[in-house]
Amino acid sequence: MHILEVQGIQKRFGATEVLSDISFTMERGEALSIIGSSGSGKTTLLRCLNFLETPDAGRILVNGETLFDAADARKKRDREIRKKRLHFGLVFQSFNLFPQYTALENVKLAGQLLARERPDYQNHKSEVLSEIDAKAHALLKEMGLSNREQSYPFQLSGGQCQRVAIARALALEPDILCFDEPTSALDPELTGEVLRVIRELADRNTTMIIVTHEMAFARDVADRVIFMDEGRICEQGDPKEVFEHPREERTKQFLARYRQEA
Amino acid sequence: MTGEQIKIVFDALNLGFLQTLRLFFVTLIGAVPLGLLVMLGRMSRVKPLSLLMRALIWIIRGSPLVIQLLIIYYVPGIAFNWHPWGGGESGRFAAASVAFIINYACYFSEIFRGGIQSIPRGQEEAGLVLGMTKRQIFFKVKLLPMFKAVLPPMSNEIITLVKDTSLSRIIALQEIIWAGQAFLKGTRGISGNVLPLFFTGVYYLAFNGLLTILLSRLEKKLDYFR
Ligand SMILES: Nc1ncnc2c1ncn2[C@@H]1O[C@H](COP(=O)(O)OP(=O)(O)OP(=O)(O)O)[C@@H](O)[C@H]1O
Ligand SMILES: [Mg+2]
Repeated sequence: MHILEVQGIQKRFGATEVLSDISFTMERGEALSIIGSSGSGKTTLLRCLNFLETPDAGRILVNGETLFDAADARKKRDREIRKKRLHFGLVFQSFNLFPQYTALENVKLAGQLLARERPDYQNHKSEVLSEIDAKAHALLKEMGLSNREQSYPFQLSGGQCQRVAIARALALEPDILCFDEPTSALDPELTGEVLRVIRELADRNTTMIIVTHEMAFARDVADRVIFMDEGRICEQGDPKEVFEHPREERTKQFLARYRQEA
Repeated sequence: MTGEQIKIVFDALNLGFLQTLRLFFVTLIGAVPLGLLVMLGRMSRVKPLSLLMRALIWIIRGSPLVIQLLIIYYVPGIAFNWHPWGGGESGRFAAASVAFIINYACYFSEIFRGGIQSIPRGQEEAGLVLGMTKRQIFFKVKLLPMFKAVLPPMSNEIITLVKDTSLSRIIALQEIIWAGQAFLKGTRGISGNVLPLFFTGVYYLAFNGLLTILLSRLEKKLDYFR
């Protein structure tokens, strides 16, 4: 069974169709990278998966369960949306850390709030909370931030902030972790530390969708790449194939532009 | 002034200042929640409500508080033969409180609106993606940064409010300036003495000094994040 199945997603903003008939599947443990020129709809696609936008048509299935169906009014205006979006995690281009909390608190907050809804919460409060605490410490350690746990976001570099944001997303153990240009807001010398962390996640078979303008990274880390153009999937396949022998004219043009810049 | 006169003067000034303080605190306690409601109305998607609130804010901020005091105190009786305020000092205090609460609620509402708009959209989205409820996002994510953002402009308004309370003299509320001025006009064997009136200024300075210290301490407390 596919961990993710996206069927015919369409999204309009007013009269402009930003996503047209987007369909693809993902397997557990796969790292998928999405490339495409500015305005091709990559962010919108991730936002649809995370229920920050409502598609006008199409279905989203995770592990065979239909989470969203534009044709089914019940699944469209679902009050359980909050639980469903937990299948996905999203790392934003601009981090969106909570400024009033330390790095550690940022990682723990959502888990603590969700734990309150567990039926056994009252009886096992201290165990549940220390579990969350231990997990947050471990995640920050993985991100190389053990010595920054007590720092507030304004005291951290962009690269450190983004790694905290990644830990925060991982803390909820999403089935599929989405990255929206995780290094685009960073100074060039800081992109490496974030890309390294994502690469480590890929090595451990974390299921991920990575929207990126870092072509070398997409080619080396992803198991599969999707090239989007004007709201459509123009070409997809093995990264080596797509990057070295693109079939579509648009893909060739896009990649040629990048080679010139590099 | 003799010692006895000094006592008379300060007793009167203290009494007046008590009324000043009462108006100050009642306004603050009333105008904050009303300001939140006005802000919600102003930001509502219900067009007529939002337009109504904009008009109210425009009228209240665009006209002198003194005139609003006079209208609220006198117009019900003159125009409708309706006397909601009752007589005496308690009636004047009630009218002054209503005028001040409405006036300051309109100023506060605009400050609150600025506070809400100062929170980037990404904060809410990050909360949503992390499975938080709207309520949790408001209380755990947005509230403190919002409070931090509104604190400096609120401090300004609060200091201004202390001084604005003296405007209620226009409907003869017996606040501290009214009390000091009485010795200029003549009361209890003292007349033509301007010193008590000058001295009211010291009361204002002392109280505003205290408020400034407290408010900047609060601001310092929130300095730990940006
Ligand atoms: N909320 C919105 N309202 C109207 N139009 C929007 C909205 N969000 C995105 N768009 C439009 O949708 C199109 C796709 O935007 P999107 O942000 O998904 O592109 P992208 O591929 O992520 O681009 P970039 O590489 O610049 O991040 C753009 O033309 C954009 O202007
Ligand atoms: Mg984008």
